[in-house]
Amino acid sequence: MRKFLAIFLVLALALTTMVGCGGGAEGENGGGNVSEEDVTTIGFLYIGPVTDGGYNQAQHQGTKAVEEHFGGKVKILYAENVSEEKQAVKTNAINMIDNGADIIIATSFGHMDGMEELAEEYQDKYFLHFSGYKMNDTNFGNYFGAMEEARYLSGIVAGMMTETNKLGYVAAYPYTEVLIGINSFYLGAKSVNPDVTMNVVYINSWGDAALEQSAAESLLAMGCDVLTQHADTSAAQLAAEDAGCYAVGYNMDNSKVAPGSFLTAPIWHHEAYLIPTIEKMIAGEYVPESYYGTMADGYLGLAPLTDLVPEEVKAKVEEVKAQILAGDFPIFVGPLNDNQGNEVVADGDALLTRDEIWSMEFILEGITAIE
Amino acid sequence: MDGFLAAAIVASMPMMFATIGEIITEKSGLLNLGVEGLMLMGGIMGFVLGYETGNPWMAILGAILAGGVGSLVYAILTISLRANQVVTGLTLTIFGAGFASFVGKTYVGLVVPPALKEFFARIHLPILGDIPFLGPIFFRQDPFIYFGYLVVLVSSIYLYRTRFGLNLKAVGESAASADASGINVTLYKYLHTCIGGALCGLGGAYMSLVMMSSWQENIVAGRGWIAVALVIFASWNPVKAMIGSFLFGGLSILGFRLQSMGINISQYWVDMLPYAATILIIILSSRKNKKENQPPADLSNPYFREER
Repeated sequence: MRKFLAIFLVLALALTTMVGCGGGAEGENGGGNVSEEDVTTIGFLYIGPVTDGGYNQAQHQGTKAVEEHFGGKVKILYAENVSEEKQAVKTNAINMIDNGADIIIATSFGHMDGMEELAEEYQDKYFLHFSGYKMNDTNFGNYFGAMEEARYLSGIVAGMMTETNKLGYVAAYPYTEVLIGINSFYLGAKSVNPDVTMNVVYINSWGDAALEQSAAESLLAMGCDVLTQHADTSAAQLAAEDAGCYAVGYNMDNSKVAPGSFLTAPIWHHEAYLIPTIEKMIAGEYVPESYYGTMADGYLGLAPLTDLVPEEVKAKVEEVKAQILAGDFPIFVGPLNDNQGNEVVADGDALLTRDEIWSMEFILEGITAIE
Repeated sequence: MDGFLAAAIVASMPMMFATIGEIITEKSGLLNLGVEGLMLMGGIMGFVLGYETGNPWMAILGAILAGGVGSLVYAILTISLRANQVVTGLTLTIFGAGFASFVGKTYVGLVVPPALKEFFARIHLPILGDIPFLGPIFFRQDPFIYFGYLVVLVSSIYLYRTRFGLNLKAVGESAASADASGINVTLYKYLHTCIGGALCGLGGAYMSLVMMSSWQENIVAGRGWIAVALVIFASWNPVKAMIGSFLFGGLSILGFRLQSMGINISQYWVDMLPYAATILIIILSSRKNKKENQPPADLSNPYFREER
């Protein structure tokens, strides 16, 4: 009896754990009226849960838009909490391929090496990787976007809304993608407010609500009155709301989560790239590329400015947005100095290509950031 | 400065509740490594009940019940069925994380209702709050923190100054001797595991209800494990647990303060400090080799009367 009860309780614990994690591949059938052969199965790998209120949820919104667009013609599989180890990536992807997946899309930088090996092993399947740089000539491509454009616009909002002329930035790691965001946001703010300075706090995590909150509070205590973030949760926006300050989010329109502080957020529209690309893949016409989407492509955007933002700010944002959409508005234009006093972009020069921008290793003058 | 220290108190609270909970559990001779899971369960159940009912007492009750029931399962497995405590505790952590993600799926990013926010708002205590320096740090906090002080006080008195506390100590040191002297060992173990679990649940609920005042995926983020380490740091003493959590909480936010002030000390150095301090203190306390700094002698040994 004792033994039976022990086994039963352990099993019950184990079972509920499995249900709770929701791991593995979850299938969602789009519709039933198309014959089996015409259905393309697409597998998505996410690093976190799709309900994280940030990065992964934004990815999943793109996935759902893809599913809606294609109706019954595609079947979506997805796996949450896929760690960045090669083996985890491959196990999940192979599981999906065994379940009929024709296309595998991985959405975290560290999924890259696993995807590279998979592309080698499964020549008849397509592989797409978000945020990486590896690709091949036949079946493996990558995609990313010029987030600096949307960051710059959100920086304009912050620069015009601040009263203390001090902005606060809750950042994940001192890593190129994050540095691009920090610098472009600051340049946007500075373009409308020459006196503005900015403080950056690194939390050394992509997402930890409590750390983000503590970091936000330390920035608020320093007199920063508009915060923004490169981290996954809404904690900084909530902290700003509690302190009666403003916040620019990231990834998600959080106007309902923090109505008292949320101004706008730079956001991704993954479906804008995925839908035409998947169409090409279904038609067998896909040629691997390294896609770098822009606002003009509709791949990036700004969440609607909330009612906290005055009309003049909205007008200014629209004005610059029109210039960016016209395609002739480089973000990193010289002369620019880093915060050590070295010239990083010379007068008359500008960082124009993806490679130039992605070799960024500096923090601009006017920004306080300690690694 | 006092702003920083007041923030450090807030940052220390989740760990303090969990550490005291684990101390009470370990005093009964059970090593419950499920603290992280219990905190997550308490955090989500407190949040869900608080969110759905708008009643702060229901939220607190939810957290206590979630922590209590979670540790009750642990207690049944380890006390009555004598399952391996380490494995069961780890399972409980994994279970708690999954449970919280599962239940919390539709609550991510939601904010606690205004009634709760009001209830848990900061209160400036009369007289105490006006003490220079100490007042702003300790006595202009939210009611949950005042309750935390009370927990430290009551658990210290209970463990060292009451018959029940001394009986509990006997159970943890030598269950067989305690049994021989007429103490109901099983009851003590069950009761204190559940109380400990409930405190862990409260620690989690402090994060979701007051500190963040919203639910976020994996909100506890490893604080449960720090609490397990803090038990050793505190050498099973609730007052030292409070000091230890304060130290860890303070150091966990110190890096941000230094960064935002532009003081050039690498975050990595600051992040290392609490762990370096733990090692140092463990070395120092083991050098002295005082009896009171040692773990309960019967810790993690299952007790079965017939096997004596």
